Amino acid sequence: MSDSVLIVLFAIVGGALRVSTPFMFVALGECLTEKSGRVNLGLEGTLVLGAMSAYAVSFHSGSPWLGVLAAGGAGACLGALHGYVCKLPRVNDIAIGIAMMLFGTGLAFFFGKAYIQPSAPRLGSFSLGEWTGSAQIATALQINPLLIVGIAVALLMAWAFANTKWGLIVRMTGDSAPAAKAMGVSVDLVRFLSTTLGGFLAGVGGAFLSLYYPGSWNQGLSSGQGLMAVALVIFARWSPVRCVIAALLFGAAGAIGPALQSIGITQGYYFFNAAPYILTLFIMIASAGSKQALRDVPGELSITK
Amino acid sequence: MADIAEPLRAVSLSGGSDLSIRVRRGAEYVAIPLFALAVSAALFSLFLLALGKSPAQFYELVYRGGFGTAFSIQNTLQRSAPLILTALAVAVPARIGLIMIGGEGALVIGGFAAAALAIPLVTGKAPVMLTLVLMAITGAAIGAVWVGIVGYLRHARGVNETISSLLLTYIGVAVMNFFVEGSLRDLTNPNKPSTMPLGDAYMVGKIPGTDVHWGLAAGIILAILLYVLLARTTFGFAVRVAGGNARAALAQGLPVGKLIVICCMIAGACAGLAGFFEVAAIQGRANASLVAGYGFTGILISFLARHNPLAIIPVAILFGGIVASGGLIQRRMALPDATVLVLQGLTFVVLLVSETLYGRFKIFQAGATVDRT
Repeated sequence: MSDSVLIVLFAIVGGALRVSTPFMFVALGECLTEKSGRVNLGLEGTLVLGAMSAYAVSFHSGSPWLGVLAAGGAGACLGALHGYVCKLPRVNDIAIGIAMMLFGTGLAFFFGKAYIQPSAPRLGSFSLGEWTGSAQIATALQINPLLIVGIAVALLMAWAFANTKWGLIVRMTGDSAPAAKAMGVSVDLVRFLSTTLGGFLAGVGGAFLSLYYPGSWNQGLSSGQGLMAVALVIFARWSPVRCVIAALLFGAAGAIGPALQSIGITQGYYFFNAAPYILTLFIMIASAGSKQALRDVPGELSITK
Repeated sequence: MADIAEPLRAVSLSGGSDLSIRVRRGAEYVAIPLFALAVSAALFSLFLLALGKSPAQFYELVYRGGFGTAFSIQNTLQRSAPLILTALAVAVPARIGLIMIGGEGALVIGGFAAAALAIPLVTGKAPVMLTLVLMAITGAAIGAVWVGIVGYLRHARGVNETISSLLLTYIGVAVMNFFVEGSLRDLTNPNKPSTMPLGDAYMVGKIPGTDVHWGLAAGIILAILLYVLLARTTFGFAVRVAGGNARAALAQGLPVGKLIVICCMIAGACAGLAGFFEVAAIQGRANASLVAGYGFTGILISFLARHNPLAIIPVAILFGGIVASGGLIQRRMALPDATVLVLQGLTFVVLLVSETLYGRFKIFQAGATVDRT
């Protein structure tokens, strides 16, 4: 009995390490964008387009890392479009986000049709569990280099927000556009760059989906991960480090179903499918309107008003 | 976020007796979306040219597949029915300042609930009319509750309605799959997990003289009713005031929270009804085919119609035609089925960008008294 509990535990931890990476990248991208005072709800589309671009480029070039870069590039393009049009008067960033989500998904499905069959070179991984001598644990603790990159990006962002001039400028733009203007900062430029960079990160998250786990391209690859990650940012109260923790929690929650399945508990499979969405909704209910969230929210953000 | 409900407000505030201002304003709300449509068509042509396809052939096929023959027109109208209803599901909350995009989920869960209710009724050989009426009420009611949750969370907890409504869409699809692939699965159908079929006797009929089911009539009637409700009643006025400035509305003693929940429930009922018609007039059962993207196309339609229920009818018919011609385009031009998605996404982006043009053209402004900055 204790054996199967251990297996489930390791499967959940392994699942958290495996599934959390796309959440992490999208949440970090959105965190950066929202810190600058704008909301990009279109990251779900960015994630899907990133996944498709990564797979296609990896297939043609044979280099998965080139694929990751392409995914980031595709994401940055969508982000730049979002960032550019939102500066026009009377253009609503939330509505544009919805449009970009449909547009990004449409483009990905359109160009991705040809890549559903062929198999592209995937990203490698290494294991944290070799020392235990148990093959099962070693498999469960497989780590992808992108996870390390994601954590590094989070730490870098947290440090930059707190300690650099650029971090201060982004935070100031997000908290008060008039203050930023008074300091001679171009609000539109800061937000444009933040949204573009945020799109880049979300695109890289997509590369993880198609090149590592699940590790192939199809139209059902992402089912709302991008959207959930956007919701996570509110839960993480706009802190990059908390974004990583929230993403890991989410990965763990998503891994409960498959983990139970691996020891033969198959009941409620569809419930566990819905679990991440329900969890996100409850997290939103709990974190929206909380005093802490109200304290940490960037002042210019339209999403919490 | 409040400015999406602006058009009607601006008209009604500045309107009054001066007819010419109203006409000019009205012309602006027609001209700019049309211009946006033209720009997206041009951009999409460039996209096709870049891929070595002929834009002329594309638009000709859209015309032929959507509007060219009596058959294709009926096919188009058939697909417009759910689109009108899902667009209304976006338009009503938009009037109170909410961007609610969960129509797809309410359609799926409403359609599924109607199909689930039908199982005991059809097995028990209940009267056809009674069964269909009960199914329609169930679909609309479940949809209303589903989106009502979004409105309640928005009001009570300040949960962003755009994200929560989309999350509920994923949850709705998962709930349907849970039952359709589990306890309510019709085991006689090995191909696709579905609920028990209604059978021909229990299907919604066609409008006499056409091949189009009654869902179209229901959609048009609802659009007209909702237009009257929003533009000509005290309730509609209260909704518009709350959408324009929630604080001012509260200061006036308007029950803003209640209005938000009611608007969301109306929206959910529309989408749930669309689900009922998809089940009882097209599919005959609830299965994954309900998740056809009608809810998402409805968002675009409502924005193009500037959340005006009457304008939704022609726009929905236009997009019904584009959706209907998808198969023909796929076969004749060897384009993937996602082509329509690209066109819709592009149109949506261009349309939202065109919002920036309002108030920039003198021709629409002459005699205007309201400052629209």
